[in-house]
Amino acid sequence: MSNKVLMKGNEALAEAAIRNGCIYFFGYPITPQTELAEYMAKRLPKVNGVCLQAESEVAAINMVLGAASSGVRAMTSSSSPGISLKSEGISYMVGSDLPCLICNVQRGGPGLGGIQPAQQDYLQATKANGHGDLHLFVVAPASVQEMVSLVGRAFDVADTYRVPAMILADGALGQMMEPVDFDAALSERRELPEKTWATNGHGGKRKKNIVNSLFINPDELEKSVLERYQRYAKIEENEVLYEETMVEDADIVIVAYGITSRICKSAIEMARAEGIKVGLVRPITLWPYPKAALAKAAETAKHFLVVELNMGQMVDDVKVATNCRRPVSFFGRTGGMLPTAEDVLAEIRKINGGIR
Amino acid sequence: MTTEILLAGFGGQGILFAGKQLAKTAMHEDKCVSWLPSYGPEMRGGSANCSVIISDKEIGSPIINRPDVLIAFNLPSFDKFESKIKSGGILIANSTLISTKSTRDDINAYYIPATQMASENGLEGGANVIILGYFLKLTKLFDYDKFVDLMVAGIPATKTKLIENNKKALKLGYDYN
Repeated sequence: MSNKVLMKGNEALAEAAIRNGCIYFFGYPITPQTELAEYMAKRLPKVNGVCLQAESEVAAINMVLGAASSGVRAMTSSSSPGISLKSEGISYMVGSDLPCLICNVQRGGPGLGGIQPAQQDYLQATKANGHGDLHLFVVAPASVQEMVSLVGRAFDVADTYRVPAMILADGALGQMMEPVDFDAALSERRELPEKTWATNGHGGKRKKNIVNSLFINPDELEKSVLERYQRYAKIEENEVLYEETMVEDADIVIVAYGITSRICKSAIEMARAEGIKVGLVRPITLWPYPKAALAKAAETAKHFLVVELNMGQMVDDVKVATNCRRPVSFFGRTGGMLPTAEDVLAEIRKINGGIR
Repeated sequence: MTTEILLAGFGGQGILFAGKQLAKTAMHEDKCVSWLPSYGPEMRGGSANCSVIISDKEIGSPIINRPDVLIAFNLPSFDKFESKIKSGGILIANSTLISTKSTRDDINAYYIPATQMASENGLEGGANVIILGYFLKLTKLFDYDKFVDLMVAGIPATKTKLIENNKKALKLGYDYN
């Protein structure tokens, strides 16, 4: 057998972060994410790292800001309500052009909500995880293996473009165990720019660096935002990730990410057995969004079906990407409920009846 | 082939451990595996369950709605999930804590007084492994010796008593008729 180990998503993600050189973790406990912080607390002291349980989420994200300013890889993790608390600090990190990794193991909301898996933070993560003009690089893993492989990718993109990256997972992925191959996940490495901006001490040998998000002069502030959006444009050009399954001949194309995409894959298999031609586009990066892949699918597909664990937060993204060329239906459960593959199949049948 | 196994019972009966042993052994046979525990309000109320899927191909949904095998450790789990077992599927029930019998004629139902066997043999808390032994015999899903080796490998070598007890429990279940 290969070098596989059986691990929980939360723990595997933590181990992957360490293996990608992140030994600075700042967090605050919340279900269903806690195993991630627990793993860091056990492991980081053994690799001369720092795992610090802050007094609050607000404190934790600002500790990440401080650590990232010095040029090291730093991260935090939380679940939905905690991410809302971190949003201010996340915006400050965007404004300061600081790379970092933020992990959101989503649970049901709004408010304190519940602790079961949800995808109700899609809009927050992809559109406005904080104030100001901003984007995060957002990836949505669909397996424990991807909870590992996307960590390196997220850190690399963050370091390359000086942006915070977010892994948008959910309670099911965090809690479930699957075989993980760390060696396979770490094989891909890219060349990273030197962090010449870091405030890391230099003994008077260079001009001092300042990390800051305050630009009181609007000319300067506008310039800094425009420069950042040039980097965003490059991310949109170079860093889109998605997976396509049986899209070529599909009449109905499902669009789903994360754990939901797997439920959809089971449903697609059942639908195909009934002779209904269904395919799947699974966005792996939620920002940048795989617009081109969906536009291309719209050339042949007759109908799109968005499936999410929320009230339809991604539907508009699909409509925009496909320029509303085809009808876009939605099916989802929310508040921590998960649909079954049979539930999704029933939606597919309904749409298929309409197409005929 | 895909086998969906649902294990359910009280918290503390070793449900998650038992499920993990199945998942780990399947992984070592290069199968695709998923292990999904309950961690919600039901866990806080004292009941626990976990879904283990073992397959030759990539696993879609890790959630089990209609198990091929239900291992029920207590009555609430039997009441909740017995009707969900796939036609032609298997029920393994801990008859010490489940006094009723399945009335379904489209499943194979097996009963083992695992909790009683554990206490009679000085293996308190070992009902889960006794049931695993019985499961191995009934399903022949894994090689017995390989299963033992992997189970033992997960226990610190210094805990010799624990290793012996687990081996004994597995054998008891395997030999049960």
